Formats: sequence, C-alpha cells, structure tokens
Amino acid sequence: MESLSILIHLDYTLMIVAIGAALLGTVSGALGTYAVLRRQSLLGDAISHAALPGIAIAFLLTGSKTPLILVLGAAIAGWLGTLLIMSIVRLTRIKYDSALAIVLSTFFGVGLVLHTLIQRTGNANQAGLDTFLFGQAATILERDVLTIGILGGASIIVTLVFWKELKLLVFDEDFAASLGFPTRTLDILLTSLLVIAIVLGLQAVGAVLMSAMLVAPAVAARQWTNRLRLMVFLAGCFGALAGVSGTIISSTASRIPTGPTIVLCATVVVGISIAFAPNRGLVWHRIRHQRNRRDLKMAAEAQE
Amino acid sequence: METAGSKAIEVTDLTVAYQDKPVLWDIDLNVPPGVLLSIVGPNGAGKTTLIKAILGLVRPAAGSVLIYNKPYEAQRQIVGYVPQRGSVDWDFPTNVLDVVMMGRYGALGWVRRPGRQERELALQALEKVGMAVYATRQISQLSGGQQQRVFLARALVQDATVYLMDEPFQGVDATTERAIVTLLQELRANGKTVVVVHHDLQTVSDYFDWVMLLNIRRIASGPVDEVFTPDNLRETYGGRVAFMKTGK
Amino acid sequence: MIHNHLDILLIAIVTAVACALPGVFLVLRRMTLMSDAISHAILPGIVLAFFLTESLSSPLLILAAAGTGVLTVLFVELLQRTKLVKEDAAIGLTFPALFSIGVILISRFAGNVHLDMDAVLLGELAIAPLNRLKAFGYDLGPVALYVMGTILVLNLIFIFVFYKELKLATFDASLAAALGFTPTLIHYGLMTLVSVTTVGAFDAVGSILVVALIAGPPATAYLMTDKLSRMLILSAIIGSVNAVSGYWFASLFDVSIAGAIATMTLLVFGVIFLVVPNRGLIAIARRHARQKWEFAQTMLVIHLFNHEGLPEAETESAIADLHEHLSWDPTFTTQVVRYALHNRCVSQDEAQLILTEQGRAIAQQALVQ
Repeated sequence: MESLSILIHLDYTLMIVAIGAALLGTVSGALGTYAVLRRQSLLGDAISHAALPGIAIAFLLTGSKTPLILVLGAAIAGWLGTLLIMSIVRLTRIKYDSALAIVLSTFFGVGLVLHTLIQRTGNANQAGLDTFLFGQAATILERDVLTIGILGGASIIVTLVFWKELKLLVFDEDFAASLGFPTRTLDILLTSLLVIAIVLGLQAVGAVLMSAMLVAPAVAARQWTNRLRLMVFLAGCFGALAGVSGTIISSTASRIPTGPTIVLCATVVVGISIAFAPNRGLVWHRIRHQRNRRDLKMAAEAQE
Repeated sequence: METAGSKAIEVTDLTVAYQDKPVLWDIDLNVPPGVLLSIVGPNGAGKTTLIKAILGLVRPAAGSVLIYNKPYEAQRQIVGYVPQRGSVDWDFPTNVLDVVMMGRYGALGWVRRPGRQERELALQALEKVGMAVYATRQISQLSGGQQQRVFLARALVQDATVYLMDEPFQGVDATTERAIVTLLQELRANGKTVVVVHHDLQTVSDYFDWVMLLNIRRIASGPVDEVFTPDNLRETYGGRVAFMKTGK
Repeated sequence: MIHNHLDILLIAIVTAVACALPGVFLVLRRMTLMSDAISHAILPGIVLAFFLTESLSSPLLILAAAGTGVLTVLFVELLQRTKLVKEDAAIGLTFPALFSIGVILISRFAGNVHLDMDAVLLGELAIAPLNRLKAFGYDLGPVALYVMGTILVLNLIFIFVFYKELKLATFDASLAAALGFTPTLIHYGLMTLVSVTTVGAFDAVGSILVVALIAGPPATAYLMTDKLSRMLILSAIIGSVNAVSGYWFASLFDVSIAGAIATMTLLVFGVIFLVVPNRGLIAIARRHARQKWEFAQTMLVIHLFNHEGLPEAETESAIADLHEHLSWDPTFTTQVVRYALHNRCVSQDEAQLILTEQGRAIAQQALVQ
C-alpha cells in the first residue's frame, strides 16, 4: 500500500526529475566503474571541482546561461585540470595525491574569484554557486533529460564499442601497448568519457558530492560480481536506483535536499553490498570462516 | 655462431635513457632463432627496460631493434609478451579464460570481439599450462604460480614466433617452475625463440642454452657454455657472486 | 578600517602557516587527500555539536569536529582492511556520505539561519574579525586569531616534540615500528592535528580551500628542497606569501579572499614549478638542451669503445655508417661527430673514427657509473 501511495504522488515534474536522476546515476555509475578500477576514484572529485572556473569563464565570455555552453566550459576546465595533474606527476616528484589536491582546491579557488567578479557585475547571484556545489536535481526539465540522455547514451555506446580495448587498457596497459593499441589515445578517450559523466552529474548532485556518484555504485557492484560486464551493468543500475530513490525520498518531506539524499542512498547500497554480497561480503566471510573452523574441529576430533 | 640472415632478434647499439639517466648503454644483442635465452644481471641492470625497448614500449635514445629483419611495429603478430606478474591488479573483475583471450586481441584488431574460435584457442593454451580446470575462476583466487601460468597461456594464444618474458619464475612454486621449464623447452623444440628475464643464477645453465649478462651495458652474450663464466659474472655483479654453478 | 584589514591579514597568515606545517607530513606520506576527506567529513560533527551548544564559537565544536575527523580516518582504514575496497575508493565513499548527512541535518533542522552552508564550504575571511574576544571591557582582538593562534602553537609543539618520530615514521615506517615508535600512534596524532587545524581554518577559508592551504605550500616547498626541516620552514614562508598576496589581490579586485589565496597558491606553485633551479621545467629543458650533445657524444664514444678491437669495428666506426648503427638522423650524426672531434674525444682516420685516450676515458667512466 505504501508503494501505491508513492506512485500516486509521482506527479509529472517529479517523474521527469526521477528519470533525469536515474539517467545520470546510470551514466556516472557505469563510467565510474573504470575510474574505480584504475584507482582514480578521486580524480572525479578533482575534475568536478576544477570545472567551476570553466563554467565562470564560459559565462563571462558568452554571457549566456545556456546549460550546454556552461557544460562545455566545465568540461574544458575539468580536462585541463586532469592534464595538469598528469603533468605534475610526470614532470616533478610530487605524487598523485598532492597533485590532485592542489588542482582540486586551487582551480576551485580561481572559480570562486571569477564567481565573485561575476556577482559584482550583478549578472548572477549566490544561487548559481549553490547549484554548482550541491546540484539542483529538483529543477531538471524535460530538455535536460534529453541532453543527459543523448550525451550520456553516447558515452555509454562508446564504451560498448571499444569494450575490448578499454578493458585491456585498464587491466594491463603495457600488454595493450605491446599489441599495438594506442594506449595514450585510449587513456584520453576514457578520461573524456569520465569528464562527460561528471559535468552531466554536476547538475544533479553538485561538485562536492559528485565523486560519490562515480565511486559508490561501482564499489557496490564489484561485490556482487567478478565479471567486468556485469559490474558495469550493475553499477549503472545501482546508480539509477540511488538517483530514483533519492529523488523520491527527498520529495516526501520538506527541506531534504535531493543531492545528498541520492548520495546517501548510494552509500546504503554500498553498505548492503559489502555486508551481504555472496562470496565477497563480510557476513559470507564470517559464515565460511566459522564453517571452516567447525570442519577442522570435527576432523581433529575424528582423528582422536 | 651468429650467422647473418638468421636473427630472430637483432638489437643494435641500443641506448635507453629515462630523462637524463641512462638505463642501457649501447647494447648489441643477436638472438638466433630457436634458442632459449636468459637475460641475467643485478637489480637495476636494465633487464626489464631491454625487454620493453624490444617491444617498442620505451623509446630509445639511439640504436634499433629488428625482429626477423623488420622493425617491431611490422612484426607484432609474431611476438608474444609476458609482463611481470606484479604489474597488474589481480583483483580486476575478470576470469582466467578472459585474461587468456586477451592474447588474441591484437590479431582481432579494433572493435571485433573474441568469439568461439578465440575461446577454443584460449582453452587449448590453458590445457598446455595445466590450468584448464580453472578457466572460469576469478583471477583474484589464483596463487602466484597459477597467475604466472595464466600469463603464459595468454602469450601462448598469441601464437608467436618470438616470446619475451619478464621474470616468469618470480615467486612461483616448484611445480610451476618445472611446468614453465618444460613449456619453454617445448617452445624451443617447435623452433620458437624465447627471451626470459631471469635472476636465479643457479638454474641458468640447467634451463637455458643461451645467456646474456647485462648491467646497463652488455657484458657478454652467447651460448651458456661459452659465456656463463665466473669472470663474466664477476664483471656483471661486481664481485658480489660467491658460489655459482657455471657453464663449465 | 585599517584595524580590520590588519586583523584579516593576521588571521590569514596564521591560518596559512598552521595548515602548511602538518601539510608537509601529509604530502610526504602521500595522504594529502585525507585532508580533503576530513575537511568535508567533519561537517556532521560540527552540526551535532552546534545543536547541543547552539553556538558556533563553542570549543565543543572543535572537539566534535576533530573527533569526527579521526573517525573518518578510522573508517577509511576499516573499509580498506576488508580488502573489498581500495584506499582511494574508500576515501571517495566515506567523505561524501558523512558530508551528505551533515547537509541534510542542516537543511532539515537548522534552516539557513545560523549555520550557513556557504560559510562551511567557502568560509568568509572578511567577517572573521567581527567576532571579538572581550575581557574586562577590553577588546583583545578577533576570536578567530586566538583560535588559529592556539592551533598553530599546538602544531608547532607537536612537530617540535615528535620531530624525530615523525621523520622516521614518514620515511621508514617499518624501521620506526621496529624501534618501538609505533607509527600508528604518530599517524593518529597527526590526523587529530589535521582535523583540529581543518576545523579551525573552516571559518576562515571553508572546507574546500583549506585543502589548498594544506597541500599547496608543502608541495611547492617539496620542489625546492630535500631537507625536512627546510621544507617545513619553506612551507610556512610560502603559506604566508600566498596569504598576503592573496589578500592584497582580493582587496584590489574586490573578490573572495579565500578564493584569491587559493589562486595565489596555484600561481606561486606554477612559478616555482617553472623556475626553481634543478627541478623546475625551465632548468630541466635547459639541462636537456645542454646535455643533449654531451649525452650524444657519450653514446658515440661508448659505441666506439664497445666495438674497439673487435672484428666488426671497421664497419661500426665508419663515419658514413654511424647513423645507421645508432638509428640517428644523418645530420644529427654529423653534428655529433663534429662535436666529438672538436672535444678531442675522437680522431678521424680517413673514413674511420678512432677513440682518443680522452674519449676512452669518458666511455669507461660512463660505463662504470
């Protein structure tokens, strides 16, 4: 009965938002899988923060608030941030974590400076920044759903087309290169897909929480399967599940922000997966451990 | 011994530097077809770098590499590679059969997926390394020796003429070590050329018929009987070799 | 409001130095992202403490936040220990979850009145001096300055007292354990310090830009020195420079002070990255250009040396064939030969290159290294 009443409450706007959140969850979950497997879980955090100056500059240059232009600015800045991180690691002795932290925080700082500049010209308000930080899932429109669907769908199709190549790249880069695959180009392709997923996701959960949308579904999915194919698929499903349930939960009561709720839903999925997933899960481990001990004990007793 | 026209691998005056630091100085190496060659040298001697340079994975500052008289790019199809076992994450979500099939990816080319034929080849290769029963096992559940066998099977399905293997004996159990040796000898019997980075000096003369002593430069290379001498070893390891069963 | 300006500047400098000092150890221990995680994850701790005390300046807030910070570190480690999640993913899971709880608590129960999300994320240095410490009717200065000053002193004491242990635990954790220094204890001490510092800096610069203060100056200093003690001092200086120049920049263009400090952090890092002697990009490029010929000459003499006296020597040292052996561009080969002839490393005998004594010495020396 409970679910029935929820269904009735699903009015049109909410449905659009839920579909949008589901699509975003699917895309970020599926593509986040590669980031997690490459141990670049926090690259998403850096890219999402580094996107702010891009959005600000895109706005300053064009004076337009068209989502597509802002998304383009965000993507370019996110890309440059990634490039800078890689260059710092390659050219200096500074390690990956520090390079990431510097780019993340200082790019964001530059964005903040630009934002205050824009604010002073009276063109924008604090709301713009809040949107960037926390997303605005509740305002997703039909048009946005279309953008997300097309861009996100295209990214997922690309991963499917180059499935074999990307899998090899992530598992064994040197071997891929020895077979003649251009690993650098593939690396760029994969990072670009990640950037697309992130700038799209910014709209739903915002910069601060974006990394969770990439990491949580993938980590949860990893516990249930040992196959990449299933892992990507499950991560997409978990992402969608988190998106929809977060949207619905936050709509049931006032003053529950959507983005954080989506993230918490994703976290719950992770918790359940880590605890109860067969074979890998903690509960499963405990049971097997106890059974082994009992068997050993019985064997010992039998010997006596 | 080195007759012209019959060189499986020909490394000429190869120098490799990482940034400003030379890792290999002017290396010459001729490997005739059908030999089992081990590259031996202390840590940091550039053994892995030499393998990677032969595979075109690092760019040399000088010199060249030819595989059967052609550059590597033209001969990819006839070269098989076994990287160090520790170079990949064995918790990657995939199973044994899948990893072995990766050996066919090069032959498949872009976008095309492995099909029934690749599956068959992979299963045959697993059979050869005694891992057929593990085909569907998740790779994180393998022992070190089993992981190594999987990597060998992956190289076998490449159906190459020249094999380059980086430390295949690293951290494997005695059974696997014997199995690998048998496999290497089988490959040689079939006319394949196998180059192995190795660091157990005790077994060099038992397992291999050629050896290259390397320490940033080539100290010596040739048949084990001729080259694997205490003098050469001393020069390679700088007098740090105490007891050694040598070729003589 | 000169008075106010000075206050802001002082708070900025003290905060920057207080953050940079523990940051040195985070950068060296490859744990910088922990500061990002902690700065976000402490939010629920602050919110809960705020509900209890109904005051933003209560010391309980700092304690609660520090506790949450240590809990975050513990939680990340527990997740990792299950072997089901890798370290980076564990961090990426933990802090957004905790942060989300904090955000939901705020918007559900606190409204936007007392605890402003923007203040938490972005900070506002400009209003930091408004909260004054008063005693017996005297104005003793801004509270924030006292809080950050205390934290700075705490950091200094910790680093001073445990310098040897910190150094050992950073560079050789296993040796430290063998000597009985329990790196775990040092680790958690450091993490507590980072948490406390982060909370303190929160008010001034917010939780995102505090990462710039923690990671920026030490990473910049790391490009300049190998010595830990010097790195600590340099980090403090760079932190202050960033704070002062950032403040100056912000006043000039009337923009966010914290943002400007972060921008300066990036700028200073970039400049050092380019110009620092030995490790800077320019130094590397120049050394490369200089050493290109030197290195090529060494390759040439080693090549000649390796084939000296062997049957193939005649073809290997023929000037006309050199470029083929070395796979060099023919013009480059000619230039290198000329360079080597000029340096008297080789001499020319008709079509052959012959090593001189000097050339042989260079080859031998290069090969021995």
